[in-house]
Amino acid sequence: MEGVFFNIDNGYIEGVIRGYRNGFLTSNQYLNLTQCDTLEDLKLQLSSTDYGNFLSSIPAEGLTTSVIQEHCSDKLFNEFNYIRNQLSGKSVKFMDYITFGYMIDNVVLMITGTIHARDKGEILSRCHPLGWFDTLPTLSVATDLESLYDTVLVDTPLAPFFKDCFDNADELDDLNIEIIRNKLYKAYLEDFATFVSEEIEEPSKEIMLELLGFEADRRSINVSLNSLQSDDISDDLKRSLLPNLGKCFPVVTGMLSKAHDFESVRAALGNVYEYRSLLENGNLEDQFYQLEMELCRDAFTQQFSISTVWAWMKSKEQEIRNITWIAECIAQNQRERINNYTSVY
Amino acid sequence: MSATREQVFPTRMTLGLMKTKLKGAEVGHTLLKRKSEALTKRFRDITKRIDDAKQKMGRVMQTAAFSLAEVTYATGDNISYQVQESVSTARFKIRARQENVSGVILPQFESYIDPEINDFKLTGLGRGGQQVQRAKEIYSKAVETLVELASLQTAFIILDEVIKVTNRRVNAIEHVIIPRTKNTIAYINSELDELDREEFYRLKKVQEKKQLEVARLDAEMDAARKREAEERTKKGEETSIEEQLKATSLNDKKSEEENNNLVAETEDDVIF
Repeated sequence: MEGVFFNIDNGYIEGVIRGYRNGFLTSNQYLNLTQCDTLEDLKLQLSSTDYGNFLSSIPAEGLTTSVIQEHCSDKLFNEFNYIRNQLSGKSVKFMDYITFGYMIDNVVLMITGTIHARDKGEILSRCHPLGWFDTLPTLSVATDLESLYDTVLVDTPLAPFFKDCFDNADELDDLNIEIIRNKLYKAYLEDFATFVSEEIEEPSKEIMLELLGFEADRRSINVSLNSLQSDDISDDLKRSLLPNLGKCFPVVTGMLSKAHDFESVRAALGNVYEYRSLLENGNLEDQFYQLEMELCRDAFTQQFSISTVWAWMKSKEQEIRNITWIAECIAQNQRERINNYTSVY
Repeated sequence: MSATREQVFPTRMTLGLMKTKLKGAEVGHTLLKRKSEALTKRFRDITKRIDDAKQKMGRVMQTAAFSLAEVTYATGDNISYQVQESVSTARFKIRARQENVSGVILPQFESYIDPEINDFKLTGLGRGGQQVQRAKEIYSKAVETLVELASLQTAFIILDEVIKVTNRRVNAIEHVIIPRTKNTIAYINSELDELDREEFYRLKKVQEKKQLEVARLDAEMDAARKREAEERTKKGEETSIEEQLKATSLNDKKSEEENNNLVAETEDDVIF
């Protein structure tokens, strides 16, 4: 019965999303892209795909990897905004939650810039458009976390995520910022998961929890691996950075937070079936991308679910990364690694 | 050809000076030539090393740029900004020292990594941290190659300049100073010879003059004697022949003395 009323609010958007999904680059198209000799060829190949003539205004000499990436991201941004504006009710809140992740990045970026007394305009131009909120430019007034919270962040949707960050860090420095970023992200993922499990109907709930759990696991594993070389992070601190959801939670999360070398991380991951072979072969990041894309592809198999938006977002981001990667390989003439992209459609 | 010799007074002392100068110039020439050869050897060595370093740099920079692409793939756009912002002190530093190659001081740059400083080890904590660390290592290597290349290039430029200067000096000594000194010596020699010849000629002239004078005086004497004899024959035979003879010999002595005085006087005159 759960799908009966879905189409009243979300039917149109689901149709649109599925249309977008059919526009993803297929492995054949990727093959064509990798055959290109120049970025100009790449542009030509892309114009026959869903991207159309999005690069047509760029002259041949101005065509660089970053320009291509920028235009791809703009296209994604516009499509996302279109979808958000078409939705109503809980689905809008769901869309908002998606943007919170980018907001966290923007806030952290802004604080970083503020600490080093950078020009506000320069930082603002680097902020992710999806994470934009009205009070973002005023963040530069704050010098410590307390005033940052009191003056600016209290009005933003990010406010609840900050509640865990006040215990030890009142001076903002580079170490703290990275920790704050991860604490925020942890709080965000947990909050998102709570929202999904309380407000969203099946089958979206099931799919979304799976996707969020994966995101949390990825962060946990990455944090525990990347903090191995750093002595500044104690076990407790590390534990507070690892999200309390996903397949790793709770047992493996605890083991990860106590792991101090590569072997113990691997031993901890051996307890989770999905991640057992993660550290055995190849590039960790690539394998995560591959897993994520498989999850996203599977997310489209269910009807009547809002989670397709998330899956579409992530797939599209991966697609942009793939295009950027292929363009970078072409531009730098590194043919042998050009097939290192992640394609599942 | 006065342009190719020095403006000196042709005396024996200057000749001595010039000969020492020529000797000095020849010694200097061989020394400088040897220096120039040593430098050129070094120069060729450095050129070869620069070639190697440049080719290595091409490869290393390519890998480095590519590792950055990997970082962007793994973490997203803003990572470079985060890294830039979280760096406060240099980890990769350079020490400069000097190396002496045949009197030329070449700067040598030595790179070292300060292990105390490790600024952005937490960047990419949640995502792509390993790629960031790897890119850091690769870029450290790239900068190392650049530093090596920089010290080679500096040495190259300095050596080039010094070699040019030395070669200019060698050529100047070989083609200007030595011929000029030789010319000067030849000139002084010829001038001295000329003076000798002049002296000889002048002496000969003096001799000639003296002889003329003697002849004239002799003629005068003869004339006077004749006159005396005639007068005496007019007066009669008052005086005896013995007296006559005495007088004649006395007169002769006198005139000889006079002659000597004359020679001395003329000689004085010539000197002035």
